[in-house]
Amino acid sequence: MAEVKKNEEPRIGVFVCHCGTNIAGSIDVAAVKDYAKTLPNVAIADDYQYMCSTPGQNKIAEAIAEHNLTGVVVAACSPRLHEPTFRNATKAGGLNPFRFEMANIREQNSWVHMHQPEEATAKAKDAVRIAVAKASLLEDLIPKSVPVEKAAMVVGGGVGGMQAALDLASAGIKTYLVEKNPTIGGRMSQLDKTFPTLDCSQCILTPKMVDVYRHEGIELLTYTEVEAVEGYIGNFDVTLRKKARGVITPAEAEARGIVGGGCTGCGDCVDVCPVIKPNPFELGMAPRKAIYIYHPQVSPLIYTVDFDACVKCGLCVEACGDKKAIDLDMEDEFMTVKVGTAIIATGYDIFPIEKKFEWGYKNYDNVITSLEFERLICASGPTGGHLVRPSDGETPKKVAFVLCAGSRDNTGVGKPYCSRFCCMYSLKHAHQIIEKIPGAVPYIFYMDIRSFGKMYEEFYYRIQNEGAKFIRGRVANILEDPVTKNLHVNAEDTLLGRPLDIEVDMVVLAAAVEPSAETEKTRRLFGVSCSQDGWLLEAHPKLNPCGTTTAGVYLAGVCQGPKDIPDTVAQAEGAASAASIPIHRGEVELEPYFAQCIEEKCAGCGLCVNLCPYGALALVEKDGRTVMQVTEAKCKGCGTCGGFCPGGAIWMQHFATPQIVAQIDAFLLGGEQ
Amino acid sequence: MADENWKPKIIAIICNWCSYAGADLAGGARIQYPPDIRAIRVMCTGRVDPLFILKAFQDGADGVLVSGCHFGDCHYLEGNYKAAKRMFLLKSVLKNIGLDDKRLRMTFVSASEGAKWGTVMEDVIKTVTELGPSPLKEFAR
Repeated sequence: MAEVKKNEEPRIGVFVCHCGTNIAGSIDVAAVKDYAKTLPNVAIADDYQYMCSTPGQNKIAEAIAEHNLTGVVVAACSPRLHEPTFRNATKAGGLNPFRFEMANIREQNSWVHMHQPEEATAKAKDAVRIAVAKASLLEDLIPKSVPVEKAAMVVGGGVGGMQAALDLASAGIKTYLVEKNPTIGGRMSQLDKTFPTLDCSQCILTPKMVDVYRHEGIELLTYTEVEAVEGYIGNFDVTLRKKARGVITPAEAEARGIVGGGCTGCGDCVDVCPVIKPNPFELGMAPRKAIYIYHPQVSPLIYTVDFDACVKCGLCVEACGDKKAIDLDMEDEFMTVKVGTAIIATGYDIFPIEKKFEWGYKNYDNVITSLEFERLICASGPTGGHLVRPSDGETPKKVAFVLCAGSRDNTGVGKPYCSRFCCMYSLKHAHQIIEKIPGAVPYIFYMDIRSFGKMYEEFYYRIQNEGAKFIRGRVANILEDPVTKNLHVNAEDTLLGRPLDIEVDMVVLAAAVEPSAETEKTRRLFGVSCSQDGWLLEAHPKLNPCGTTTAGVYLAGVCQGPKDIPDTVAQAEGAASAASIPIHRGEVELEPYFAQCIEEKCAGCGLCVNLCPYGALALVEKDGRTVMQVTEAKCKGCGTCGGFCPGGAIWMQHFATPQIVAQIDAFLLGGEQ
Repeated sequence: MADENWKPKIIAIICNWCSYAGADLAGGARIQYPPDIRAIRVMCTGRVDPLFILKAFQDGADGVLVSGCHFGDCHYLEGNYKAAKRMFLLKSVLKNIGLDDKRLRMTFVSASEGAKWGTVMEDVIKTVTELGPSPLKEFAR
């Protein structure tokens, strides 16, 4: 247990921050300072414009020496922002950093009571009194250093996850790249061209896919899902489910003693397979067999058996012959790997736009989504790159693009946020039909065109000059001509202030994006928070956009919020850098908020043992008695045991019962009644 | 209620990861709410010993709020479930000692729900104000 100095007379220094006018604008800082001087145990009270500045921090260090302080209170912003700063200042003054306590008088006071200066000042005085009460009882604590496993995990094998894995592995860190699908590549591999450069998406992606596959530092685990996560920064034990693929690699064949065997990607099995299913990679617009690859550039080039569809006729096994690559009795395998840090890059799904029934998706043949458009216009897609109408196979001449389809939608059906990349890819789509179909006219129905990136606005002008028709107005509804299957798009042109009814051959809905199903599952396993719309929550929106509040877990790509490919790759590189820091340091310090057993009070009942979600507590025999013992490395400091112990025998460091009771008493019994 | 200008004394014990962060977010967004609640930060609502709440009422608190993460979102997996169970039991204890159990409230506010924190503040203060001073107040100290 931490050292408690007996009979120590607390001498607390209180420092009240103005934060410019952020605090001083609604709180009488001088009055709070003068009030602090009257509190028991307070040796000195001072105020300063910006306590977090160097002179402000120096005040703390100087006061500790001059007044021989035993504790420090800073009344300023949130401890979630500046507690580390002031702990360091406390340490610089020669005091244990855990003898610092913060009173939040900004986020939870001056900013939320801006027009009630008297009440805000009274609340600030209470906050200082509560903090002084706790600071008077704080004790020296020593953070625990734990070694960091020199390995990392990236969950999600899209372009973001691939980039993060490449960066980590190239920095000398063993990296496990986990992908639920049979191939890496993610959404980007479904795209035809990328804006604004019009690079072929596959052409720029496949070299990266090959790099990932060949990188000796990356263990590529496709068709694999995260099953369970235990541990903490530096020491995560991740259990993975390797789904039964039905096909073995040459390496696995060698391990089974099959010389020269394993899947070579020849595709002989596909020719004989009698089962036909829709290909999810082509969004159901093309068939695949029960044994399949998504597309010719998959990485790794290993076939996969869809056991939900397979009838186990065994024709593929015969066709495979001596390679013996197909095992129709394969079962899921589980493996556990230890990693120091992890990056979540689980990407997005398309919002089910049929929920906006007024646009008729899934009801009218010729209303498609933008992702379906990508596959139809792509040379490797189901139509070989010829855009055709699903109803009759004809080439459409007039195509309407509906932007903000389900995005920026406050009706409660769609999503309130902007999906960010739809404007730009719709401009690209308009360009593609003008380029590919002579005489084609794209009609773009938009609210605003958000062309915010480098060379994006220039691309917008280019598409305007190419002859795309831009109509500012949301589409009210779409009606189908039952004979021709043409579509009437009804909207208001808000620039001209008149209603429009345009007959087109095809409608492309730029559907909103939403967090993928795996994002929700994965975030729960790793203990990462999400915002109201399900996107994963970064540790700080501006200053820590790749980190999360779970130490050692980082975010890359759209799982954190809609972003285009350049932003995804940039964030992936940032996340990889952040995730490599603890690994290269070799050790991390854990906040020492551990539970401790006060053995003389412990009755050995063991109630706490079952309460602990981490298995950190156990009953042991000691001096002829049964008492609880804490494994500090497993304890995360939640205090659930301490909140329940009937004998009050658990001492939660930094949140000990006497400290919290002192705060309650200070608020309710101290001060003016 | 005797005094129209009477303001309640309410203590909130809130978790570091969700509700405290949500309260900070409300501050960043300058969401204005009444100032009658003082917050104490713990790492998890699982830390909240029912004795803390009884102590607060013994000290004359007019209301107590415990606020944590949504179910399934607890930073420590399940601390909020355990806290919720304890609060549920504690409410029946409060009733038995003649205290309106509406004086104790548990809410779930995530780190992204700044606006909800403001609503919770307004709602808790309104509820406790309507109940009036705690009958235990005269025994405090």
